[in-house]
Amino acid sequence: MKQRFALLGFMGRGDALSKLHELVREVRVSRVMTTAVLTLPPDATMRELKDLLREHRISGAPVVEDQKLVGVVSIEDLIHALETQQLDAKIRDYMTREGLVTAHPQEPVMEALRRFEVTGIGRMPVIDARDKLVGIVTRGDITVALLHALQDLYNEAEAMQDRPQYFFEALESENTSLQLRYRVAKGDFSGGGDASAKIKRALLRIGGSPQLARRVAIATYEAEVNLIIHTHDGGLILADIQPTEITVVAQDSGPGIADVDLARQPGYSTATPEIREMGFGAGMGLTNIERCTDKMSLWSALGVGTRLQMIFKVSPEETGEADKT
Amino acid sequence: MKVSDVVERLGWRVLAGADELEAEINGGYAADLLSCVMAGAEAGDLWITLQTHTNIVAVASLLGLSAIVVAENAVVPDSTLQKAEQQTMPLLSSPDPVYETIVQLITLGI
Repeated sequence: MKQRFALLGFMGRGDALSKLHELVREVRVSRVMTTAVLTLPPDATMRELKDLLREHRISGAPVVEDQKLVGVVSIEDLIHALETQQLDAKIRDYMTREGLVTAHPQEPVMEALRRFEVTGIGRMPVIDARDKLVGIVTRGDITVALLHALQDLYNEAEAMQDRPQYFFEALESENTSLQLRYRVAKGDFSGGGDASAKIKRALLRIGGSPQLARRVAIATYEAEVNLIIHTHDGGLILADIQPTEITVVAQDSGPGIADVDLARQPGYSTATPEIREMGFGAGMGLTNIERCTDKMSLWSALGVGTRLQMIFKVSPEETGEADKT
Repeated sequence: MKVSDVVERLGWRVLAGADELEAEINGGYAADLLSCVMAGAEAGDLWITLQTHTNIVAVASLLGLSAIVVAENAVVPDSTLQKAEQQTMPLLSSPDPVYETIVQLITLGI
């Protein structure tokens, strides 16, 4: 199970850095560019440029004729025009025509980023194969888009992390269950309760309510302690978690219970005085288990072993969904 | 009332979980048999006991108790203190016997 979870964890979380690498290669300029571009025709005046730049607080604009990019004009060109008091001059006389640095809608943003790096420019008109202007892209557009994409990935991973019950919904089968297995060692009093605590934590993580987790944990704890105290060589705890029912089985290979009916009586215990001194052996274990389970069955044979099965029905209030409403 | 209020007003020693004293106390339960505690204690209860074995921490955290109170200054083994720190379960020490300890808690309104 650990392996399967590790795999799911890998698929869900990934590594942020490798995801970023993937994104800069995968995300295309067309996804991050602005398509509503403010442009000017070559016949517009430098005064019109001044008004446009001032009104929209921008520092330049593509110059477009018949939808095609024919140049770019910037605040620097405007300053030249102001210096020579040529505000009524046409833009075509001041714009840059040669060596325009542009981007293509289908190229990965990484390529665009590289060009920004090399040229030091702040924005690039985006043109298609026929030189038609389709958008404009800035470094900021790319950064923001990548951050959003990363955020989406992170949110997805978080949702998986917080609500692993999604796994149940995502996996299709006639009957999906999560199985947890724990080995309990004979006489390991200091580790007593570890398996129960882990099952409890698992239930809470997959969306079980605190009440459900609590009654499963109490019953499992008692079964776990029985394995520690009474067995020859410990035993196994198996939890099978399904959306509507949880089954926990504690089994061992001996010594077995001589009289199962007697063992089920409240207060009956075969624990030694030493064990009772530690607070165990009250003879209430099986009584507690019965109280917490919807169905309990105990099978035992002397010299063979004991198998205790505990079934917990998950009521709608216990799925954790009800808690949130 | 919070665990920290009780510690402050009764002057008990905090043996473990000193950073986890903000839990609200719902009530109290006293017993030394773990199965009785399992059956009887409610989440948020203070548990007054003379048991000091590591398993008291497992029981208390499974039940979501607010703190364990060891009465009569009983000596708590290091293994229990470590487990309590690990599981962030406050472990308090009262100098008085269980009965007097409970009376003091009742006087505080718990």
